[in-house]
Amino acid sequence: MKEYNLTDSYITDITEKKALSTDNLQVYYGDNHAIFDANLNFPRYKITALIGASGCGKSTFLRCLNRMNDKVARVDGEIMYRNTDINSSKINVYEVRKHIGMVFQRPNPFAKSIKENIIFALKNAGINQKDELEERLEQSLKSAALWDEVKDNLNKSALALSGGQQQRLCIARSIAMKPDILLLDEPASALDPISTSKIEETLQTLKKDYSIIIVTHNLQQASRISDYTAFLHLGHIIEYNSTVNVFTHPKMRPTEDYVSGNFG
Amino acid sequence: MDDIQKKLQTKSKATFQDYFGKGICYLCIGLIILLVTCILYFIASKGLATFTKNHVRVLDFLTKTNWNPGAIDAKGHPDIGALPMIVTSFSVTLLAAIIATPFALGVAIFMAEFSSKRGTKILQPVIELLVGIPSVVYGFIGLSVIVPFIRNVFGGTGFGILSGTLVLFVMILPTITSLSVDSLKSVPMYYRQASLALGATRWQTIYKVVLRSAIPGILTAIIFGMARAFGEALAVQMVIGNATLMPKNLISPASTLTSKLTTDIGNTVMGTLPNNALWSLALILLLMSLILNMLVKFIGKRGRF
Repeated sequence: MKEYNLTDSYITDITEKKALSTDNLQVYYGDNHAIFDANLNFPRYKITALIGASGCGKSTFLRCLNRMNDKVARVDGEIMYRNTDINSSKINVYEVRKHIGMVFQRPNPFAKSIKENIIFALKNAGINQKDELEERLEQSLKSAALWDEVKDNLNKSALALSGGQQQRLCIARSIAMKPDILLLDEPASALDPISTSKIEETLQTLKKDYSIIIVTHNLQQASRISDYTAFLHLGHIIEYNSTVNVFTHPKMRPTEDYVSGNFG
Repeated sequence: MDDIQKKLQTKSKATFQDYFGKGICYLCIGLIILLVTCILYFIASKGLATFTKNHVRVLDFLTKTNWNPGAIDAKGHPDIGALPMIVTSFSVTLLAAIIATPFALGVAIFMAEFSSKRGTKILQPVIELLVGIPSVVYGFIGLSVIVPFIRNVFGGTGFGILSGTLVLFVMILPTITSLSVDSLKSVPMYYRQASLALGATRWQTIYKVVLRSAIPGILTAIIFGMARAFGEALAVQMVIGNATLMPKNLISPASTLTSKLTTDIGNTVMGTLPNNALWSLALILLLMSLILNMLVKFIGKRGRF
């Protein structure tokens, strides 16, 4: 692997309204320092992609943002959301996760019916009126472009759906909570190209109402759907800029090598 | 025919090793099947002799409450009613399972979800140790601690279903616990993550996701515990009182199928009615454990949603 100077970085200023920002974020797995000084601002109602080679820490970074790294890793630094540091130990993590939803790499619906999968979180949050539940069910499935495929089978097991449908169900399940921010950890990497393009279409329409942060291995996917791109290497954020700039005029050498395929 | 063609068509050492290995496996399987069939045949033939040879009516056997194999009643039928034993056996089994399940689930949830790795490392052997204690020791403790305790609190002799239940409760607790832990641990990690990422609290996650998907495994654990309780003889015999009477309440002396067998089998002569009658009790035990085993299979198959 080529040696790069990891301390140099180019991080663009976001002038738009911010959905979320990190300030000097550090992550440690035991003694292993996994993320170094991450300072990123995520714009509202935009899709931000995190790219980088395997093991560079992009999933680790993403998981910090809704506190899924609690008890897994030590996370220092600040994560600012609505002018609140949600990385503080006093924060109610369950509330954080209601506002910052997450979709995982592998589709992970519960072994329940489609309907129960969606209303699971709503019921946990204390929403019990039938009309409200039905409305959110329909809305979220429509937003995730799944409604037409499942509207006659809402009581069928979610495990009977195809992988792509399951992943869209997981997206629907997250947005049923009406979060502000949606974190996606390689949501399409386990799916075939057709399901992938459906997920990408879904994300494009979702960005009207949600700020989306997506981790992806797939450079074409990042360039197709995202507005901003951050490139991570060995736990350092090397470059953060608009997607067009990252892919056509990378400022940093590692980024250039990575997006042009000369990496490693 | 060249050398390779020849080799392709002849059997080599590997082929014979294969035959040999398969042969050993089939032999072992055959032996076990033979053994099981023999046991089934033996118990069934002995147990059914009561009804075929001694002309006891099956209905009488299952519904009458007098057990007096030596005597003959007014109509010339032997006095053999196993209902008291059947009722007592079921009572202690069900009660023990009902009491043990909440405790076992609590410990299992703690071990699978809350305790640190070190905590589990300490708890695991403790629970396994409970399984390993011989039943006569449990019976002895029951006899010297539980029976006097019940006598002091509720009066009576202290022998009875309640004492039996309490002893069995301790005995099946580890069985249910360790099987439940396995089933909780086999719930995929991503279910928990998915639930937490949706803003569910830890308790909501455990109650609505983890426990729900572990239900088949937990039911299996309970049934295994019940099978153990149903078949336990010695410990129960020491605390139940061994009176072949219909149990009137939880503290009156009674007798289970197993305790009746262990008490009486040495006092009867092979081939006579009192002996055959005991074999009939054994047949009921065998059928019950078959049913419980089938139940486990059935639940395992129904499995997930």
